[in-house]
Amino acid sequence: MRHSLKNTVFFALTIVGIIVLMVYGLSLGSIELTWAQILDALFCPNDSVASFAVNEVRLPALVTSLFAGAALAVAGLMMQTCFNNPLAGPSIMGISSGASLGVAVVVLALGGMVGQWGRMAVVGGAFLGAMVVLGALMLFSLFVASADVLLIVGILIGYLSSSIVSILNFFAPEAAVHSYVVWGLGNFSSVAHDELALFCGLCLMALLISGFFIKGLNAMLFGTDYAASVGVSVVRVRTALLILAGILTAVVTAWCGPIGFLGLIVPHIARMILCTSNHAVILPATALCGALLGLVTQVISTLPALQLGSNIPVNAITPFIGVPIIIYVLLNRRKLLYFN
Amino acid sequence: MSEIILSTDRLSVGYEGRTVLRDVNLRLGKGSFTALIGANGSGKSTLLRTLAGGQAPLGGEVLIGSCSVAAMDRSQLASARALVNTVRNGGGAMTVEEAVGVSRYVHTGIFGRLSSADREAVDQALEAVGIAHFRGRYLGRLSDGEKQKVMIARALAQATPLVILDEPTAFLDVQARIEVLDLLRDLCVAGKTVLLSTHDIAPTLARADNVVVVADGSAQQVALSDAMAGEVLNKTFPKLKYNAAKLDFE
Repeated sequence: MRHSLKNTVFFALTIVGIIVLMVYGLSLGSIELTWAQILDALFCPNDSVASFAVNEVRLPALVTSLFAGAALAVAGLMMQTCFNNPLAGPSIMGISSGASLGVAVVVLALGGMVGQWGRMAVVGGAFLGAMVVLGALMLFSLFVASADVLLIVGILIGYLSSSIVSILNFFAPEAAVHSYVVWGLGNFSSVAHDELALFCGLCLMALLISGFFIKGLNAMLFGTDYAASVGVSVVRVRTALLILAGILTAVVTAWCGPIGFLGLIVPHIARMILCTSNHAVILPATALCGALLGLVTQVISTLPALQLGSNIPVNAITPFIGVPIIIYVLLNRRKLLYFN
Repeated sequence: MSEIILSTDRLSVGYEGRTVLRDVNLRLGKGSFTALIGANGSGKSTLLRTLAGGQAPLGGEVLIGSCSVAAMDRSQLASARALVNTVRNGGGAMTVEEAVGVSRYVHTGIFGRLSSADREAVDQALEAVGIAHFRGRYLGRLSDGEKQKVMIARALAQATPLVILDEPTAFLDVQARIEVLDLLRDLCVAGKTVLLSTHDIAPTLARADNVVVVADGSAQQVALSDAMAGEVLNKTFPKLKYNAAKLDFE
């Protein structure tokens, strides 16, 4: 199949998949609604239970999963190119743990996640935490040449932040610990209707800005020395990319908890299907594919909601999608073009 | 001598607190082919990096044309010299054409879309290196020799008067080595100035105009046509003797 045709088909199918799952997702939840009720609630919102379920619960969660998936996936892609390491990702390199630490400090200090300002403090805490870990990784990358060593350093920093969180938990009141633990399970339903615009706006802004780095990312595929020789300001571009990855991870983590695997696997899925590392193609493809996978996760999470009355935590689902893909990628390293 | 493309005046290279080479005076004319040789750890790579503007000199200055490298910004530097490093993995899922297009970084707009002038530069580079027929192939599917040609095409598409290569023939088989060296010789004939570091002494010297010998904390340039060449070359590896007939050490 011709390259451009393949790309068109991929983008079209992903968008169709997103639309289908969005519609299907509206029918899933803890109360049973007919399609007539759902349509009525969507187009003529009122104060019925159906309208509340559709407009205040289901739709915000589905939209959140779309943006969260896209954000994490693009953060993962930028980190993989920046660190020249296909196993880099927000959750694996300790960025999510750093964000969690920031959230823990805020939540456990404030005694819970309450009110508009409480939420902003959580977002700020997550961002600071993510940036501290990213900063540490950047510092290490100055004198650690090996990408694998850097990856392990990231994993270790992740452990360190988790252990600080444990210590904080030990001293915090029980209610705060409970709200932190629930948050840590991962949940796309945690963005309230009135926060949705802020959440999506922040994600969208960082995603759009990342589009300006396509050219720099492509040059960095061939190593930082080469990129510098063709005129890339490597330090500036890399810092900007890591800050963007930090913002994307922090925003998602602040609201939805530390979501594993999406950021790591989606760039691989996009590269494998489209057979290219060209960021002009792979960056939008990763964003769309991440949105789709986020949505898939949300739909799976709400599948048993009618029977159980609650959702499966997101972080219980993502490993089932992520682990097989990563194992496949690792076993086929030599066959996959983008490793060579 | 023709127009001077690369020159240094009493250049010192190294790192803070450790001077690797001092008093380096080079003058490379337009269209010349220069081989940089020396033992491992003698400072070849440090010198190349400094000449390419990747590292600041400890003393003296590097001129490309009449401009000091230290005074050039990133895009001026990218238009003055192109760099080719040893074959490494990365970007395997980029096509040859895409990879060569990346070298137009300073010329393209914010999203990196190639203009018709950029496309022309890419096409010419692919033609000059003789790889236009596999422009659509993936980098990851090429042999090391083919990859090295792509990297040279990349350097050509950058449209610079000077091309600097760090051990371009390392890891290549005999045939690919000769092809790459012949190709570089052809580029010099077409007007490019080529400077490369190498351990493949004989085949490179057979095609070079000048040799720069890095030894004993300095670097000395000599034309291979010069009667002094043998004497200068003999400094490179103190335990070996240079055989001018074979263009090699024994």
